[in-house]
Amino acid sequence: MLGYIIRRILAVIPVMTIVAIFVFLLLRLSPGDPAAIIAGDMATPERLERIRESLGLTEPLHIQFVTWVGLLLQGDLGTSLISNTPVTTMIGQRLWPTINIAVLTIILSVLIAVPMGVIAAWRHRTWVDSAVMSFSVLGFSIPVFVIGYIFIKIFSIELRWLPVQGYAPPSQGLWPFLQRAILPCLTLATIYVALIARMTRASMLEVLGEDYVRTARAKGVKEKVVLFRHALRNAAVPIMTIIGTGFALLISGVVVTESVFNIPGIGRLTVDAILARDYPVIQGMILLTSFIYVFVNLIIDLSYTFIDPRIRY
Amino acid sequence: MLFKKRSFDDAPAILEIRDLSVGLASNGLEVLDKVSIRIRKGETVCLVGESGSGKSVTSLAIMGLLPKGALEVTNGSIELQGKNLIGLSPQGIRAMRARSISMIFQEPMTALNPVMRVGDQIAEVLNTHTKISSREARQRVLDIMEQVQLPNVERIYRSYPHQLSGGQRQRIMIAMALVLEPQLLIADEPTTALDVTTQKQILSLIAKLQEDHGTAVLFITHDMGVVAEIADTVYVMKEGQVVENAPVERLLREPKEEYTRRLLRAVPSLVPRPPRPMDATKDALSVSGLDKLYHGTGIFTRTPSVHAAQDVNFVIPRGRTLGIVGESGSGKSTVARCIMRLIDPTAGEIRIADTEIAGLSRGELRPHRKHIQIVFQDPFRSLNPRWTVGKSLTEGPINYGMPHKEALAHAAELLELVGLPKDALGRYPHQFSGGQRQRIAIARAVAMRPDVLVADEAVSALDVSVQAQVLQLLDELQQKLGIAILFITHDLRVAAQICDDVVVMQRGRVVEHDTAANVLSQPRDDYTRSLIEAAPGRAWDFANFRELEAV
Repeated sequence: MLGYIIRRILAVIPVMTIVAIFVFLLLRLSPGDPAAIIAGDMATPERLERIRESLGLTEPLHIQFVTWVGLLLQGDLGTSLISNTPVTTMIGQRLWPTINIAVLTIILSVLIAVPMGVIAAWRHRTWVDSAVMSFSVLGFSIPVFVIGYIFIKIFSIELRWLPVQGYAPPSQGLWPFLQRAILPCLTLATIYVALIARMTRASMLEVLGEDYVRTARAKGVKEKVVLFRHALRNAAVPIMTIIGTGFALLISGVVVTESVFNIPGIGRLTVDAILARDYPVIQGMILLTSFIYVFVNLIIDLSYTFIDPRIRY
Repeated sequence: MLFKKRSFDDAPAILEIRDLSVGLASNGLEVLDKVSIRIRKGETVCLVGESGSGKSVTSLAIMGLLPKGALEVTNGSIELQGKNLIGLSPQGIRAMRARSISMIFQEPMTALNPVMRVGDQIAEVLNTHTKISSREARQRVLDIMEQVQLPNVERIYRSYPHQLSGGQRQRIMIAMALVLEPQLLIADEPTTALDVTTQKQILSLIAKLQEDHGTAVLFITHDMGVVAEIADTVYVMKEGQVVENAPVERLLREPKEEYTRRLLRAVPSLVPRPPRPMDATKDALSVSGLDKLYHGTGIFTRTPSVHAAQDVNFVIPRGRTLGIVGESGSGKSTVARCIMRLIDPTAGEIRIADTEIAGLSRGELRPHRKHIQIVFQDPFRSLNPRWTVGKSLTEGPINYGMPHKEALAHAAELLELVGLPKDALGRYPHQFSGGQRQRIAIARAVAMRPDVLVADEAVSALDVSVQAQVLQLLDELQQKLGIAILFITHDLRVAAQICDDVVVMQRGRVVEHDTAANVLSQPRDDYTRSLIEAAPGRAWDFANFRELEAV
């Protein structure tokens, strides 16, 4: 087990190296002179030269790479071309809102979706099952921004229960945070509820036909116990995979929701950086996102061993 | 043969099933038709019949476990000590389960929850039905585990099912079923998935616990040997009806119904068939010094290496059948897979006709693959469910360059050869019965015109009557085509019926190798002897309804 964890962590190195090479080449191989793009149409040749030097673009490619990686390993992702602040600082400011929203969304989704999927499987081919499946299709099909605006219209404008948009960190108190976070989280959750409920239902349907479920019933245990203690844990591996992947997607930023609710998260940071061709920020975001994916996948794989004792690495 | 001869005339009835009918919920088609069974205190009632005869449906109906929305009781009553179980509320049924009637199942691996410690699974019965403290529950679980003769109960309490052997798992199931001392234990083929020696232990364990607690047992089985060993009373089922019931000795000596006679006649005899004259001199398959070693894995703590097969030698001449007999883990399937090169042997030689194939690479092996074909145990899973029979039968020959049309014509001939109609070509596996599917699997193997046919437990999943037909088919094919057959089985009765020679394997080694007649009637090795002694009902000649005459 420990050996496996060490091996998996070591396996992160080649993955991140490939990502780093890609990210590095992104700026150098993009069409046109990056310095010219950065400097804008009205720049003087002297200014162009200064930018080139500040980016190290005058050196040969391999020297540039070594310098860049050296800085990277020290935690220096460079400085934004637009705001002139270090990229790490910018990401640091924007990461927490996204993480907070992602965690809350996933918790909400799991709490709603798992029981929904379990009950749909239990009441397979009844109206309950059909209702859950219809909701699931709906959750997939309606665009996120539509759901967002509908929620705003109902809860903020008509009922006036919650603010229209904005964000407050949990450090300013749990209530202000929840007040602003609940609508974006519910909005984001619809698609994840649909996804997780579907997966739970499919996985549970398979497990409910197993012999040990019959054994549990033959013992006379309550149906609730049959479903949640015996069946659900056996059905949990694919559900866990979906939850983990969903979480990774959420962390890497959700642009539309952040825009609709005006949340200063990394999704918007990324889009703004792309529009402004702020290469250092784009590079930082790609590195961060890749790292999150690799890390979350490791956590998912390790979680299997806790769910199923037969899985040993 | 010593039959049970206890009288239950004065014993009170524990369970009384009267005119029980069960139908498909969708169209009301009857699955059980007016079944009546009486089980008295302390009695062992065996319910026998072929698959699909309604044995398991009967047991599930008693437990209230009929699949919801698929099967429902349409008529009759099931009375447990005078109280009708049909129409009981869900709470009432739940309270009855495990406390009054409990059940053990065929496959102890799948019947136990794989992600829960076995001790907790037994304790759950106590927690559900009693209000005792968790310490007390734990003590009672350990007690019952001792009673079912599990070793090292503290350790096994904390084990997961996959860490236990098949016999241990079935003991856990029995412990779980008996911890609340129910009046009735329903055992649905509880030893079918176990080795004969384990089966013997489990059967005597059930008998002992039954004695100690006065439990009535409803034992469902298709194995007449088991019936002869354990039954007081036997009920024979056919197509949803009870066709005959009688005390065990009377049923086996003087079966009244033709169906019962047929069922008994199909039981393969332990007496080996007369040896066939050896006329062929050419060896179709020769194996020498075959070794398969599984290396241990792990970086910090290395699991020990396992010798799955060690120094295995044998030859099969053309047109002869060699049986490999052994219990699970004996290495018999490993040998079969090595010969098929589904896994790679660690050392040794495998010659098919004159080609050495053990050392060939995957690519070099390709042209030789068609000379050796395999038939697997479970015909429900060994045929691609999305392919027509025609496609399954022609795939191999087409791969080896036979034109499509010719392959199809050949496939049609093969179907005839295995006794299936030609129009089966366009149908799918699920449209056939188990026996028919196994015929298709055999046709698929024979389509390649192999020199050697490996049958890996090829009749073990079939009913005895179907089993007899498939064995007959293999015999005919062998005579027509001169194929050599390597027959892997755990069933000595089957081996006695089809094999010319028998190899007995134990823990990867060959312990005995001789003609079938010698191995089965004068076994030299202790292990072979223990296997033969464990075969249930071995003193009874089922097909002739009398004691076996001493050979």
